[in-house]
Amino acid sequence: MHDIHHTIDPVTRIEGHAKITLRLDDAGEVADARFHVTEFRGFEEFCKGRPLAEMPGITARTCGICPVSHLLAASKAGDAILGVTPPPAALRQRRLLNLGQILQSHSLSFFHLSAPDLLLGMDHDPATRNVFGLMQAEPEIAKRGIRMRQFGQEVIRSVSGRRVHGHQIVPGGVTEAFTTEQRDVIAADIDEILSAAEATLELLDSVSGRFDRELASFGAFPSLYLSHVQPDGTWEHVDGRLTMIDHDGSVVLNQFDPADYREHLGEAGKSDSYLKSPYYRARVDGDDPRPGMYRVGPLARINIAERFGTPIADQGLADFRERYGRIASSAFLYHHARVLEVIACAERIAALMDDPVLLDTRVRAQAGINANRGVGASEAPRGLLIHDYEVDDDGLITAMNLIIATGQNDLAMNATILSIAKEFGDGPELTDGMLNRIEAGVRAYAPCLSCSTHAIGQMPMKVQLLAPDGELLQEGRRD
Amino acid sequence: MRPRTGPRPNVPVTIDGVEHQAYEGETLLELARRVGVRIPTLCHLEGLSVYGGCRLCVVEVAGDRRLSPACALEVTAELEVTTQSWDLHEHRRRIVELLFAEGDHVCAFCVSSGSCELQDLATEHDVDHIHYDFAHPDQAVDASHPKYSLDRNRCVLCTRCVRVCDEVEGAHVWDMAMRGSQGRIVAGMDQPWGEVADCTWCGKCVLVCPTGALSFKGRATSEMVHDPDVVAFLAAAREDGEWLDRKADA
Repeated sequence: MHDIHHTIDPVTRIEGHAKITLRLDDAGEVADARFHVTEFRGFEEFCKGRPLAEMPGITARTCGICPVSHLLAASKAGDAILGVTPPPAALRQRRLLNLGQILQSHSLSFFHLSAPDLLLGMDHDPATRNVFGLMQAEPEIAKRGIRMRQFGQEVIRSVSGRRVHGHQIVPGGVTEAFTTEQRDVIAADIDEILSAAEATLELLDSVSGRFDRELASFGAFPSLYLSHVQPDGTWEHVDGRLTMIDHDGSVVLNQFDPADYREHLGEAGKSDSYLKSPYYRARVDGDDPRPGMYRVGPLARINIAERFGTPIADQGLADFRERYGRIASSAFLYHHARVLEVIACAERIAALMDDPVLLDTRVRAQAGINANRGVGASEAPRGLLIHDYEVDDDGLITAMNLIIATGQNDLAMNATILSIAKEFGDGPELTDGMLNRIEAGVRAYAPCLSCSTHAIGQMPMKVQLLAPDGELLQEGRRD
Repeated sequence: MRPRTGPRPNVPVTIDGVEHQAYEGETLLELARRVGVRIPTLCHLEGLSVYGGCRLCVVEVAGDRRLSPACALEVTAELEVTTQSWDLHEHRRRIVELLFAEGDHVCAFCVSSGSCELQDLATEHDVDHIHYDFAHPDQAVDASHPKYSLDRNRCVLCTRCVRVCDEVEGAHVWDMAMRGSQGRIVAGMDQPWGEVADCTWCGKCVLVCPTGALSFKGRATSEMVHDPDVVAFLAAAREDGEWLDRKADA
């Protein structure tokens, strides 16, 4: 029997366009799995020659889900090039903005994209295994998801000027002071959102028991993890330094400056995907980046952090660790990590509402070009985001490198698809059960391909079974 | 607009079927603005010489098959014009579209979004698509000036900067170079702006620019606020002797 390929193209309910290829060996077992990103954005190229001050505005257009992450990373790279530290109120505003961003994006990922799998079941009819099916089956839950996302978007609008593609976050700080009226609007809703977040955790805990097989097979392999964390081990999402840990919790890189990322992280290009695959350099010897695989995002953040630093989230984290261990390796647990982070975000937003510094009117440091390179990093909802700019003496971009969370999870997503295909595959035939779970496995990482490849659109899924000579043996399709 | 003194207006002019009295030597645009009739403009700016380049202010003149620019049309007795018609709307819309197609006007992250006359004209003329192929100019941004920045990709060649620098500031930093689609504004006979010793850093060119071509350096998306009315203010203040040493007179 010849080697056979299955192709899932496109993959649905993620942000962007991708396909998956499964190659079977002679025995009909899955031998290799590849996640291909079939869209190309090109921001790193067409930003060249543009002024530094435009970078938050341009790079935010990378994505409609997480423009905030790009605003923050771009502005921070701008801070470095201006050689300034933004005033404390600006830093508070940026933190508030990112908390709103993580809260809304995680709510989207959980309720709109993944809850149909989790609540209706992986084998539910694909025609209604979506957010509309969820609205019919569980209207209160769907409403809660929409409400939580709305709140996060409102925080974003308040701080950045718009729900999507705000423009008030700039190199040197922010452009507008935060007013008591704005604070009061957010403060009035925060208790409701915190309660909704807690109820979401209870909901997830109540259904987790149905997914033991998924828990064991969705990328439950050892890997490195990388994220921001405060020096004392508290969860961090905007400022400070990066820590990398191994699968056993041992620290591999402690508190390194994101500006030094090139020393530690390499980027592997691929002939069959527009997604670059960053890897940890010290573990790679040769052309195969896979030994340097590391994961970023909510699971990495809660594996690396000792604590959230807020009571309700910390209680949730303690319960989580009791059940799944100190270092959780299953990609299925990204969902849990997201919900815990939503609680932490709500608690931190509540705390910021009581912080008088937030309202200070000094919000921007002005300066000219004081360095020819600047690196800005932040925790996007999906994980570490790095913007690396080089500028000429007039402040025009001469080189740009964007390290996106989804790219950093690429090697792990490939490994996750392989692990799911092996667990749920049944000979050389495509089965719905396997395909549903492969998609759900990819979805666990909440990949955002628009961000990571510099494209547009949604993501229906096509599955192709190909013979080694390219002959189409079987095709399945989801729209 | 500055109120006129002297003889009463006595030139009968009909605009859109309504008779008005114009002053001798007044342009149709001046009359229209004085009596509250809206005619869109782009290159015209009160306080600067008439250029007549953008053709957005064109009107239909009774008895003349050609369209005439209101900014340069001096009133004559019994002049009859139409300022609003479907044909004029279409004509103006196409001009705006051509300006968009010729440059690289991406409002989404433009420094002047929200304070852009081209954007306002597009809204006024229902521009929701550009029906022409984009030229996609790839002109380098000139950020050599310590305070200001020039993005020729957003320049509509209205020459306001050229005129204000020459006629009001008296520095004559700016000129038009080349012709037709190759036309572009240049500083100091085509030097990097920052190297032009004649530039007084006054910023009037930046304030009168109708688009995001000229802006304050370091401003981010939507942060630029232009102030073209500064020229009319300066012209009036100059006439009134606002800067004379009044103490010396006393």
